[in-house]
Amino acid sequence: MRILIKDGRIIDPANNRDTAGDLWLEKGRVLEITPPGVRAPENCDPVIAASGLVFGSGLGYRHVHLREPGAEYKETIASGTRAAAAGGITSLACMPNTEPPIDNLAMVELILSKAKNQGLVNVFPIACITKGRAGRELTEMGELKAAGVVAVSDDGDPLSSPGLMRSALQYAGMLDLLVINHAEDKSLSGQGVAHAGFMAVKLGLAGVPRSAMEIMMARDIILAEETNSRIHIPHVSTAGAVRMIREAKVRGVKVTAETAPHFLVLTDDCLLNYDTHVRVNPPIAEAEDQAALIEGLSDGTLDVIATDHAPHSRREKEMEFANAAPGICGLETMLSLALTCLVAPKKLSLLEALRCMTHNPGKIIKSSKGTLSPGADGDVIIFDPTAERIIQASEFQSQSQNTPFDGWKVQGEVMATLVAGRVVYRHASWNN
Amino acid sequence: MNLKRKDLLTLEELSGEEIIQILDTAASFKEVVQRPVKKVPALRGKTVVNLFFEPSTRTRTSFELAAKRLSADVVNFTASASSLVKGESLLDTVRNIQAMNVQTIIMRHACSGAVNLVAKNIQASVVNAGDGKHEHPTQGLLDMFTIRETKGEFKNLTVTLVGDIIHSRVARSNIHGLLKMGAKVRIVGPATLLPKTFARLGVEVHYRLEDAIADADVINILRIQLERQDGQCFPSAREYANLYGVNARRLKLAKPDVLIMHPGPMNRGVEISPRVADGPNSVILDQVTNGVAVRMAVLYLLTGGESDENSD
Repeated sequence: MRILIKDGRIIDPANNRDTAGDLWLEKGRVLEITPPGVRAPENCDPVIAASGLVFGSGLGYRHVHLREPGAEYKETIASGTRAAAAGGITSLACMPNTEPPIDNLAMVELILSKAKNQGLVNVFPIACITKGRAGRELTEMGELKAAGVVAVSDDGDPLSSPGLMRSALQYAGMLDLLVINHAEDKSLSGQGVAHAGFMAVKLGLAGVPRSAMEIMMARDIILAEETNSRIHIPHVSTAGAVRMIREAKVRGVKVTAETAPHFLVLTDDCLLNYDTHVRVNPPIAEAEDQAALIEGLSDGTLDVIATDHAPHSRREKEMEFANAAPGICGLETMLSLALTCLVAPKKLSLLEALRCMTHNPGKIIKSSKGTLSPGADGDVIIFDPTAERIIQASEFQSQSQNTPFDGWKVQGEVMATLVAGRVVYRHASWNN
Repeated sequence: MNLKRKDLLTLEELSGEEIIQILDTAASFKEVVQRPVKKVPALRGKTVVNLFFEPSTRTRTSFELAAKRLSADVVNFTASASSLVKGESLLDTVRNIQAMNVQTIIMRHACSGAVNLVAKNIQASVVNAGDGKHEHPTQGLLDMFTIRETKGEFKNLTVTLVGDIIHSRVARSNIHGLLKMGAKVRIVGPATLLPKTFARLGVEVHYRLEDAIADADVINILRIQLERQDGQCFPSAREYANLYGVNARRLKLAKPDVLIMHPGPMNRGVEISPRVADGPNSVILDQVTNGVAVRMAVLYLLTGGESDENSD
């Protein structure tokens, strides 16, 4: 079966393409891209007319908390991948902080089989660095990698022992497996629930200083350099962290890094009313940090914009600020926020912004996803980059609605999402 | 005239006029409580709940007396005796209390902002009796009442707050209230308990007690929580007393008629020397007396009079 998506603006950052054209898919894969209208759509079913719309390789976000198994009341593989499809995300890497955690072969197989049977998009499991995320013994990474694990991470529990971290980097490095370590020194963050700036002081919230992230990250960069292993820094939120990553990249350290959309659109002023929807770890810092993050994305210091999708039930958010569960539901707002805060004000071109969400995340986990090169999987999104919309949490596909962006007016609407040539999401207003 | 607001959560949110209105009303209630019969019918038939999620004796008692002297029915609800130990959420707890038709909830909670959450979700008036490290507005008001009683005006006064500022809800309420009324505020304490960013509130930040109390009109000495102290914020009570203890010798640096205040309970010999605590400049017990009158004023202005009263 052949599919033609015709007459759109095709953006494929992997090939530095931003041109008008027709995209041909066959048997779930990309066949070719041709200039608009040069070939007649014979034997194509369907023909998707995308006039005026942009299409590109589906977004691939790492760092998603799918919650299944263990906390299915927050999210499941079915609901999480449905949310992803609605957000234009065709591939996601899920974190291992499930219950039980993804630290053995059986768990990886469970996730993959559920994703295959119930998932709408590609799911790449991330496994634990240590058994039970307990920070003591390494997981059986050789077997896990063979089963399809793309990275190891103990998620929100950083490896506090430098000795163990060094050993994890050596071992994972030997297997060419990416290590992701939550950069937080717990003795510095302590009971902190907000960035240790003026707002925390004013509101009487226990603060997390920037050093909590930066010290742990500096340590991990030193260890990655020494062991010549790959390290990925998740959810970078401070200016100092951006600076250190930039310096490390110049030295040739194999470090990659991501930030999250909420850091790009919010500053700690958002704490004002103790809205627990902005309680997130690491905490949202100040305007100067935000500027440095945007600069880091535009100069390539930061490789990826990742959702850090962390769904929580209403019960876990409707409570005292300090007691509320940290995290933001991100899958369905990511693209619009990136378009609104980066592309519309011309801080990044559409090509550059999409690169941080498609090609770069794919490259980091050494996946062939995130490109429209001939032969690549037919994972495509079709979106209107300038359509205005109001974010409505009540309409999320995700099982949880914890977002501080409810009611925000943003740009960018996903019209359709295809995975392996199959339409997995279609916008209600799009009758194509 | 009542306050045109449902709740009293912070002094930050009050206007200068509202603060004056509360202090003036408190002055008339102070006269009431000095009578042999210390009761007025202003809140007769209304129910006030003391909802304390943190242990407290003096603040709770002060609110209880204030409500009783206004003829309200008062119920005390303490966390240990409640369903909280059974895992009920804060909002479920207060919604249950609300369902019993109470007019006012006086609430103390260990989490900053917990009162905002409650106030937003129920119809009853909420009076903040201390939320975490955020604010303790009635303490701020009673401190201001006590200052005004002696000094008359706030303009041109220099008020110094001493101690563990970062963890202090009393400090924040005093800062907002005093600045609003035109006083100059200095804060002083060890750097570990006083981040420099406090300056952005509009106060002077000091780390030497001597500098901070020079020519001060008022010194408000905060309690050092020795029970929470683990040797990481300051080395010992002894060292704290050496650097930040207000004693008779240091008091000479302040104005001769300086007021010495303390929200209690005091650690005598640590943040305040016994001579200073009991000396002629001390108004520490006046603060306690005034607390009842100020809390009467707050309860009255939020829920008393007008709407429910017949005009007979």
